[in-house]
Order: sequence, then C-alpha cells, then structure tokens
Amino acid sequence: MESVWSFISPEPWSFGELFDALRQAPMYHIVVEIILVVFIIRLLLTKSYPIESDELTEAEKEELIRDWEPEPLVPDTPEDHPDLKSRVVTKNGSTSMVVNGKEGINMATLDFLGMISRKETEEAALKAAGKYGVGSCGPRAFFGTIDVHLYLEQKLASFCGVEQAILYSYGFSTVASAIPAYAKRGDIIYCDEGVSFPIQMGLLASRSKLKFFKHNDMDDLQRLLEDQMALEKKNPKKAKVTRKFLVVEGLYANYGTIAPIAKLIEFKYKYKVRVFMDESYSFGVLGKTGRGVTEYSGVKIQDVDLIVVSMEMALGTMGGFCLGTQYVIDHQALCGLGYCFSASLPPLLASAAHAAIDCLEADPDICERLRQKASFLHERLAEIEGITVSGVPISPVKHIRLVNSSGNRDADTRLLQSVVDKALDRGLVLTVAKYLNDEESFLPDPSIRVTVNVDLTEELLIKAVDIMKNTFSEVFQKSG
Amino acid sequence: MYKYWVMEMMEAHHQQSLAIQMKQRRLANGHKPVSIPQEALPNGLHRENVNRKHTAQRNGITKSASSSKNNVPKKEAHPSQEGKASASYEPTPLVWAVITFWCYFILVIVGWVRDILRKTGLENTKGGQEKEHMKEFPSLYQGFDNFYVRNIYIKLRDNFNIPVCGIPGAEFELAERRTDDYNWTYHMTGRTKRCINLGSYNYLGFAENSGWRHEEVRKVIKEYGSGVGSSRQEVGTLDLHQELESLVAEYTGKEDAITFGMGFATNALNIPALVGKGCLVISDKLNHASLILGIRLSGAVVRVFEHNDMKSLEKVLRKAVVEGQPRTHRPWKKILVIVEGVYSMEGTIVNLPEVVALKKKYKAYLYLDEAHSIGAMGKTGKGVVEYWGVDPKDVDIMMGTFTKSFGSSGGYIAADKKIINHLRLHSHSATYSTAMPAPLAQQIIVCFKTLLGRDGTDEGMYRTRRLAWNVKYFRSKLKQMGYIVYGHDDSPVVPIMIYLPSKVGAMGRLCRERGIGLVLVGFPATPITETRIRVCLSAGHTKEMLDKTLDAFDEYGDLLWMKYSSQEVPQTIIPPYPQREKKGDENEE
Repeated sequence: MESVWSFISPEPWSFGELFDALRQAPMYHIVVEIILVVFIIRLLLTKSYPIESDELTEAEKEELIRDWEPEPLVPDTPEDHPDLKSRVVTKNGSTSMVVNGKEGINMATLDFLGMISRKETEEAALKAAGKYGVGSCGPRAFFGTIDVHLYLEQKLASFCGVEQAILYSYGFSTVASAIPAYAKRGDIIYCDEGVSFPIQMGLLASRSKLKFFKHNDMDDLQRLLEDQMALEKKNPKKAKVTRKFLVVEGLYANYGTIAPIAKLIEFKYKYKVRVFMDESYSFGVLGKTGRGVTEYSGVKIQDVDLIVVSMEMALGTMGGFCLGTQYVIDHQALCGLGYCFSASLPPLLASAAHAAIDCLEADPDICERLRQKASFLHERLAEIEGITVSGVPISPVKHIRLVNSSGNRDADTRLLQSVVDKALDRGLVLTVAKYLNDEESFLPDPSIRVTVNVDLTEELLIKAVDIMKNTFSEVFQKSG
Repeated sequence: MYKYWVMEMMEAHHQQSLAIQMKQRRLANGHKPVSIPQEALPNGLHRENVNRKHTAQRNGITKSASSSKNNVPKKEAHPSQEGKASASYEPTPLVWAVITFWCYFILVIVGWVRDILRKTGLENTKGGQEKEHMKEFPSLYQGFDNFYVRNIYIKLRDNFNIPVCGIPGAEFELAERRTDDYNWTYHMTGRTKRCINLGSYNYLGFAENSGWRHEEVRKVIKEYGSGVGSSRQEVGTLDLHQELESLVAEYTGKEDAITFGMGFATNALNIPALVGKGCLVISDKLNHASLILGIRLSGAVVRVFEHNDMKSLEKVLRKAVVEGQPRTHRPWKKILVIVEGVYSMEGTIVNLPEVVALKKKYKAYLYLDEAHSIGAMGKTGKGVVEYWGVDPKDVDIMMGTFTKSFGSSGGYIAADKKIINHLRLHSHSATYSTAMPAPLAQQIIVCFKTLLGRDGTDEGMYRTRRLAWNVKYFRSKLKQMGYIVYGHDDSPVVPIMIYLPSKVGAMGRLCRERGIGLVLVGFPATPITETRIRVCLSAGHTKEMLDKTLDAFDEYGDLLWMKYSSQEVPQTIIPPYPQREKKGDENEE
C-alpha cells in the first residue's frame, strides 16, 4: 500500500512545508488566489441564466387567433364565366343530340359504338332495373355483390382471354385506384407524358418515384431504363425489392396516338418492369374484334400485367374494370381503394355493359366500320386549312388544333370555343377538350375533340366536315 | 393452492393486457387511459365494478357538459343539444381482449406453420400464383396484409362478398355458394336463400323495383339510355342533372349543389379543388378512406384529431392557428375541418353544434360528409344538421351520397353558389369523368320528391319516422339483452361487438341459416380487438323482421357468449309504432 502511494505521489510533503511555502509567497499571489477562489464559489452558487421562454402566453395566443384571417375557401369565380353557361342536353343519341334546344350531329360524346342508344342495352337495363332496382346499396364485401357483377366479370375475362376481371363503379377511380394498389412509396413508375388525368391522379396517390418519358418516345424511355439499370448494378440488394412499373395508355385520349406496345413488352422483359396499360379509348375500337391495342399490335394480352378499361367510352355506361392474372387482380379486391370503399356499380349499368359486350361479340365488324369512318373523317378534316388533326387516322378520338397559335392559350381556347358555338347553330355538336390547366402535369395544347360514332353515315360525316370547314374559315377571317 | 396461483396468473395477464388495451383505446379514441386502482381487480368477480369505472364516453357530448375552460363556452352550444341521445361506449372487457389476442396468436402461429408447409411443397398452394416467367421480377406485393388474407381472412371468406340475387331491400335473396377447396374458390349452386337484409345501406327503403318511382326510372332509361358519354363540363349536363341539383340544394338548405356519379369520387376528387399547398386539413381519426385519399391528392397538410373528441379538435385547431405552418411559421392559408355526420363503422353521430362553434371561433371552414346521415337522421331526413338543429349556413360544404338513403349511386356537394361555381370549373370529376347516368339521377329525383311530400302523400315522413322507431326499438332491445352496442342511440348504424374472429364465422353462418343476412367487420377494417357485427337498419324493416332478428341474437348471444356488457341498461320507453297520417304509396309491401 505504502509503495503504491509513493508511486502516485513521489514527493512526500508535510503541513509544515506547506505553511512555509505560503509564508514565502508574495502578497499579490495570495490576493489573486483568494479572488480566484471567491469567483469560483460565486460561479458555483449563482443560478444558470433564465433563458427567455418563447412559449406564448394565453393572451398572445388569443391575439394571434383574433388576428388570423384565412383566405376565402374558394377564389371568386365571375358569374358570367363562359364555362358556367351549361350546355344542357335534353336528348342524347348516337348520331344526333339536342343541346340548348338545338339539334345537331353528335361528334362530341365518347360512346363510339353507339351503345347508349341501342335497344339491346336499353332492354338489359330495363330488365335489370325490374329485378334489382337502381342502386346496389353497399360495397362489394357487404352485400353489394350482385350476381350480375359476377357474370359481367366472368364475361369480360373470357371475352379478353385473361384469367380475371374486377369491376369498379367509376371510370376515373378504376385507374386511379389500380395504380396505387401496387405501386407504393419507394417504387419507380415510368410514365408517358401524354397520359390522361385519371392516370396522373393514380400516380400521385401511389407516392412512388415518377419518371416521365416523352410521348411515345421509346429512346427516351430506354435511356431512363438504362440509367436505372446502371444504378441498380451498384446496389443489387435494393434493386431486388424495388418494383418498377411502366404506365401507358393504349390509345391516348389527349393525342389519338397508339402506344408501341410490342416495344414496351420487349422492355418489360429486358428491364423487369411491369406494364400497366389504360385501354379506355381503345377497348372496343382497336383490333379485329375490339379487344384493344394488344390485338391490334399482335401482342399476347397476357404479356401486359394489368389492363384498365373505363366503361364510360365504347361500352356506354359508367364504371370500369381491370384485367389480368388471378395473382394480380385478387390483390385489388382487398387493396383497391375505389373497389373496397365504394358502393358497387348499380346492377342495371352492369347489365347494360354486359349487353354491350354481347353486341360487340355478336358483331365484331363494328370495330372495323368505326375505324373506316374514323379514317374517312381524318382525311376530310385534314383538308381544312388552318388546323391540324392529331393522332392516327383510325382513332375515333381526334384533336383539332390550330396551326397558327396566337401564343396565348386563352385566346386560342376562346377561338376554338367560338367555332364550337357557331357549329352548334349550324347543326353540329362539338366540344373543346376541357382540362384543368393548373393541375395537368403536361398540359396539352387547346383543341376541339371530335369523336366518331359508328352510327354516323358517310353523308352525315361529310355534312359535319362541311360545317366545320365553313365555321373555321369564317372564324379565321374574323380574327384575321 | 393451485387454483389461487392460476387466478394470480390470470390477474397478471389482465393487468398486462389492460395496459395494451388502454393504449389501444388511447390510440383509437384519444382518451387518456383510465387508471384502474389495483384493488379494483382482486379477481374476476369484481369485473362489473371495473367496467363501470372505466366506461369512457367515446363521443364528446356528455363530456361537453363538464367542459373545461379551454372548451367552447356553454352559451355557444346549441340549445337543441338537450334531449339528444347519448352515445355509449363500453371498452372491450378484459377477459375477452385477452382471449381475442390469444385467438389471433393461434391463428398467426398456424398460419406460419402452413406457410412453411406451402414453401416446402407439403401443402398445396391455392389461390393466384405469380406466373413462372414473372418470378424474376421484384415481388408485386408482400407483407402482413397478404399473410392475413392467406391464413385468416380465407377461413371466414364465406361471410363476405356473398352474391345477392335480387333487390337489396328489407329482405333479399342470397346466393348459395359451394366451395370444394376451403373458401379459395366458389361456385354458385343456383339456389338462393331469402334472408332479412341487415347489411345494405337502404335506410329509407328506397331500393324498390315497383311502384310509381320505379316507373319513372324506367321511362328515363327508355328516353336517355344508361350512359351519358361525356363529362359535365363538355356535353354531359342533362336537364335531369339540373333538376336534381336544384332539389339537392333545396333539401339541404344551401344555395346550390353539384352532383357526381360516385360517392367515393365526390370526396376523393373534389377536396383537391378546395384545398392545396399551404392549407391545413383537420380530419377526424375515423374519417372514411375517400376523404383521406382526397386530402392526400390535394397536397394539403393534414392533422388528425381523436374520433369525435371536441377537446382534441380544439387543441389541434388552436395549435394550428397559433403556430402556423411547420418550419416557416407562416399562417395557414385556410383551415378545413372534415367530419362525417354518422360514422359508418362506429355508429357515432358527430357533435355538430360544438364543431360549428369551434369552427367559428377559429375561423376554419367545415366540410361535413353526410354519406350515412342524409335521409337517415333528423325529423324529415335532412341529416345531422336537422338532427342537431344547426343552421345549414354554418356548414360550409355539405357532402353526401345517394347510395345509402336514396337507393341509387353517386354523391353531391351542396354549398354557397360561389363554391359550387368554383367546383363546376375545377372539380376533377366534373372535368374528366362522365356525368351521372340518367336513371340514377331520376331515382334520386323521385326519392327527393317523396321526401319533400311532392307526391301528395306522407310517405317520406312516414319512412323517416319508421326508421327512427326501428332504431330505438332495435338498439334498446339489444342493449337489454346485454350486448355491447357502440354509437348513439339515434344512429341507424348499429355496431354490435363480438370481438373474436371465430365468432364472425359462427354468427354469420348461424344467422344465414336462420334467414338473417349480417355484415361482419373485422381486422383490418377495425382495431384487432374490436371485431363487430354492423347492422344498418332500414325503414323497410317491419317489427316482425326485427323481432325475428332479435330472437336469433338472443339465442346465439347465449350460445356464443356474446352478451358481454356489464352495464345496467335503464328501461327505454319505446314510442308507439308510427302510423300514417295520410294515404301512403299504393304499393306498400
């Protein structure tokens, strides 16, 4: 013990020596030391600074609450806004309709196959209404599954040659629910810039990483995919769990162009991305028997992972459906928000859609007739000066855009709207394609969206083109 | 000695699960866990006292009577609040919480084992499988949800998605399904079973296929077809839509209204037109998925308050106004409070007078989703606004659906003209989606006409009175039997707690055999310990139907041990069965 102590304190000392040292120390030294000791004691005894609390008092809070003035819930809309003047339809039909009391040739509604006014769908709807009433009164899980839903799902699956179909009660919500059912945070979605708004909402709801490629530009898409591939090589572990999706439209609603699906399928297997395709505008239109883009391009429908179709176009009712393998579709039955949490499709609409599919199956030539009429119209429209017609000739959706844009979107839209209004006076129902300008990811140029209905005869088409030609030239002359 | 030890062990279990349960309760309701004195739980015998002690109020109504200084001053509270039915909320009894967890525990263990068996090929894997050539792709989905579906949901799958082969009225035909592979696939045998329908949202019994209303719908199908083919902004506005919208505006007491083809989309696609970046949405914890999706799509910041808890709402509102936006502390552009009228899973009625008072105090805007209350609440069916006697002007946006009380489909938003004009131009749904098909619109129009008495009868009023009577009768009888029933006494949504997943199957199958169709809701739609039966009453239910149901509940309640409640229920005075004042519909069932 002694030895350890001596090791720590090698120089032994005594109080006597210490006292001596203190006596010999100069006065100033002692004074400084005393001051130091006092200062240290003071430091130890004083409290820490009271940090000024930034907690607000109740009075201050009340004042803040009193002072806060929220913005109005919605901005002011002028009462005389042109779009508020509703164009009221009192009679709708495949070839003609009455808008604001004026009858005209129908080139505005999206039921290309004229299913809304067909006897077969009407009878099916009447029969269903007699049996089931109007509403289904519940979501699918809770007594909202009516037998006609199951029949329609089976019919759609067998018609398209896929394992399973799933029915939604609203076209917009079909694709907007289907995408986020699979794509989650952390996944990557490659998407065409030309996709329509419901798809954009689906992408937004998924919270996945979005990578847009130029409309129908496969090189641009390949570049993006290659970039990702290079990244994944660096981190293969992450790559293994990162799902990648490719979201395209079969026939683009906003451009009338067709997706190069064969190339996309090639990319699918090369880069391991799953392909989701919205065929709302191509179902019942493209392909020999109306089965859509896959049939048109000679691609196996099973190669597309998920096909989404709205029944609000060619089938002429409301709602939509998804097609795919059982593995893919079953997941939506519990994870598709618009499927689980919404009342199911009214049975009379399901029956009407079923009848429409039956019509399509019984008369597959209807698609060819529609495409011929679309091509015919396309040729004639191309002759009108001052406008371009976008898309492929066989597309029943055509966007008429101005060749010489004024550079001002509103002015262009106004000009197109005046064409639409004048055409209505002359017996032709048209519409300007409506967009939410501030919400669209890639806003298309303003256009008049012309649709071709299979029931329109050649004479009516020629008459319609003449009306358009006259109206455009008149409007162009007026605007100089 | 052994017995004593077992009791002690059980006690330990109780305490532990009580803690879990209370934590869950706090998560679910925002009520602070009620501390239970140790001595209150010497053994299972004093359970009754305990339950009474921590019987909390799930709604804010009774609490508001003793509101603290931070709460809304009493004078602001609406006078018509008095005499309104109170909501009961009895927490899960401890024993049953433990057994429920135990039940899930066993299900999960069995599921694990079976998953291993499937992986090793000892058990056949059923259901949809990823195709061979797709196996190299990253897995499309995974996680607990799929485990749950594969191993637990599948055992009860015969109680969900049962096809209905006819009109979902007060009684309906349920299709008989057979399965040869333990619920993985079904085929319909073609036979049907007539059951009392306690599941469909048919509050006023307007799901009909005969009578003058039905004839009107048929006329419209012939005239307009079953589609529109264009959006409201383009050429999809029918004269019927305008008629419908003016009726909605009149009925709800607002200046104008706009309608859409789907109720879910009405929320999901219109909230983004109302709020955006820099705005705050304050949302009830148990708001519907469509509201949550709408908020997500809008890009606004969302804060959640505890279910129907006005103190929690005030706390969130106050903090939001005082602190402003996160990080920048700029004031919010606007604050929108979103609540539902009647909550479809809880049966609670929103405490609207207090929400309105708070909204006024903090200058927030109010969005009221009346999906389950329009037509079903209030003296003349005008929803919770009428029920509470609140001025419709105090609710900025009144949203509702036509699926429930009107036997149709779709939704509306009723508000000031300025707001509706804005929505007409900026709603996603009005711009990009086709308009509501004519027959759906016509069905709603004729229902409104009936409710407003324009058909020359008192049918509409008679139906609302019958629904109110049915609600009172059914709820009080259930409570007297000893069932734990959630929600307000006036709410047509009646959640009856059964807790155990195994009882879902038993109760569903037994009742179907007896001719009663029930909706059973379990995890993940509810918290894990709160599996329930959800009954939606209808004006179409006769007293005989309800009595038949109650008999079954009484019998099976004893058989399956479902009369969990330990609360004393005072005898409710059931008013006399409503009678017609004038001549009603000629085609009364």
